[in-house]
Amino acid sequence: MREQLIALLQKNARLSNAELAVMLGTTEAETDAEIQKLEAEGVIKGYAAIVNEELANDDMVTAIIELRVTPQRDCGYEEIAHTIMQYDEVEGIALMAGAYDLSVTVKGKNVKEVSIFVSQRLAPLAGVLSTATYFVLKKYKEKSIVIEGEEADERGFYCP
Amino acid sequence: MLQYDTLLSDQVKQMKPSGIRKFFDLAATTEGVISLGVGEPDFQTPWTVRRAAIDSLERKRMIYTANSGMAELRQEISRYTKRKYQISYQPDDEILVTVGGSEAIDLAIRAVVNPGDEVLIVEPSFVCYKPIVELMHGVAIPISTKLENRFKLTAQELREHITDRTKMLILPYPNNPTGGIMTREDLEAIAEVLRDTNILVLTDEIYSELTYGRKHVSIASIDGMWERTIYVSGFSKAFAMTGWRLGYICAPKPLAEQMLKIHQYAIMSAPTLSQHAAIVALRECDHEVQKMVDEYNMRRRMLVDGFNRIGLNCFDPEGAFYIFPCIRSTDMTSEVFCETLLQEEKVAVVPGNAFGESGEGFVRVSYAYSLKHLQEALRCIERFVKRHKGTTA
Repeated sequence: MREQLIALLQKNARLSNAELAVMLGTTEAETDAEIQKLEAEGVIKGYAAIVNEELANDDMVTAIIELRVTPQRDCGYEEIAHTIMQYDEVEGIALMAGAYDLSVTVKGKNVKEVSIFVSQRLAPLAGVLSTATYFVLKKYKEKSIVIEGEEADERGFYCP
Repeated sequence: MLQYDTLLSDQVKQMKPSGIRKFFDLAATTEGVISLGVGEPDFQTPWTVRRAAIDSLERKRMIYTANSGMAELRQEISRYTKRKYQISYQPDDEILVTVGGSEAIDLAIRAVVNPGDEVLIVEPSFVCYKPIVELMHGVAIPISTKLENRFKLTAQELREHITDRTKMLILPYPNNPTGGIMTREDLEAIAEVLRDTNILVLTDEIYSELTYGRKHVSIASIDGMWERTIYVSGFSKAFAMTGWRLGYICAPKPLAEQMLKIHQYAIMSAPTLSQHAAIVALRECDHEVQKMVDEYNMRRRMLVDGFNRIGLNCFDPEGAFYIFPCIRSTDMTSEVFCETLLQEEKVAVVPGNAFGESGEGFVRVSYAYSLKHLQEALRCIERFVKRHKGTTA
């Protein structure tokens, strides 16, 4: 039940407990208890809307910044990641395997603001070896939800 | 001027156009319809399968395959039916790859029906069995199943319809349109009736992957049934591959080799591209299929609950992707209900009587749609039912 409940909420966190219960074949009380447990255990960290920013009149720009950093003795990447995530501009941060170490998603009013953030806040941090900044031009899909380019249902009434 | 009427086959002229057709034509011409009408998955064919098709387009020659289908595919079908349903067929001479389950059904009926033979057709069911039986000058004998039996075929109903001329029973479970299934116990009872007869079974198990809460059981796996069973299945429903037009038929060699003759003259071989893709579907897609089944199951529960709540009672259907609510509480016939609902709320569901007389009083609702779409449709139907309860009460 837990797995399916999470999957349902990930697709649509606005389903009511009653609706969830029906779909999971359980009771509303049990669903409610499970959600509370998930929240208490920190499995569910929050509920957010997925927004088509273009239509929401959001003129902010989003950038993804690849950071190469020197891991520190004892705490590896933890400390620098924690430092970076304190900034309000930082929407997301993840440790990566591959050619760079940290992927930082940053939101700003315009390109200039983001550039300043990168050059004055991120790049100078002790341990940061290099940065590479990529600006997001358009989002097509986020968290499995199609933002733009949704396919129309082409299925017709063809069956005999 | 040619007199076409005198030129056409009498048998074909007598064939009635499908009952769903009439309603579908109406729905197709209505603007902005919220459809719950289609009988095909809303999922995409799994990517690995599509990828396999692209690869084969790039690398392989698109030439005829063996008449009975690619050896490698037949091998996979053999493994698949064994691993899923514990039924064993020889890839060389007991498996035939067809153009959809539809061709498989056509082959099976054409291969066995002589003029005057009676073919028992469980109803409500898919619309193609009767016309093909009649094309072969056979006699289609409907067996009406009932809501109180959850639209299962009972041994008694079967016994009551058997005569000296009964050639074959067509057993379509998991069932379109009711969503009903036959459990092992249900099938044992049917097998008991058939065991000492000469009656064949055409089992249409195209929805076998789509059952909820329990695994599908094939009648071919029941003691004494394999030798009299023609097993039809395909890729359309399980793997969301309707447009690939690929199915298969499994039967004891003496039956399969006769069906192969029709197939080789009429079809030659099933589409090569689809056959390449289908190998991957059978080998690698258990996980994708399970994901679809889980998703269908949640929608199914939501709809059953929703229809019962708004007063269109609905038994808990354990298979396929349809629910079959009863609409008698609205005092409308199935057709009037569907036409009025379409006019007033622009929601399309299919009248149950399109699937046989015993479907009267019911409608088929497909849940091969997103949750959001289903919830929206349900709201419209609720409004509709409330309005009409008011006028008829």
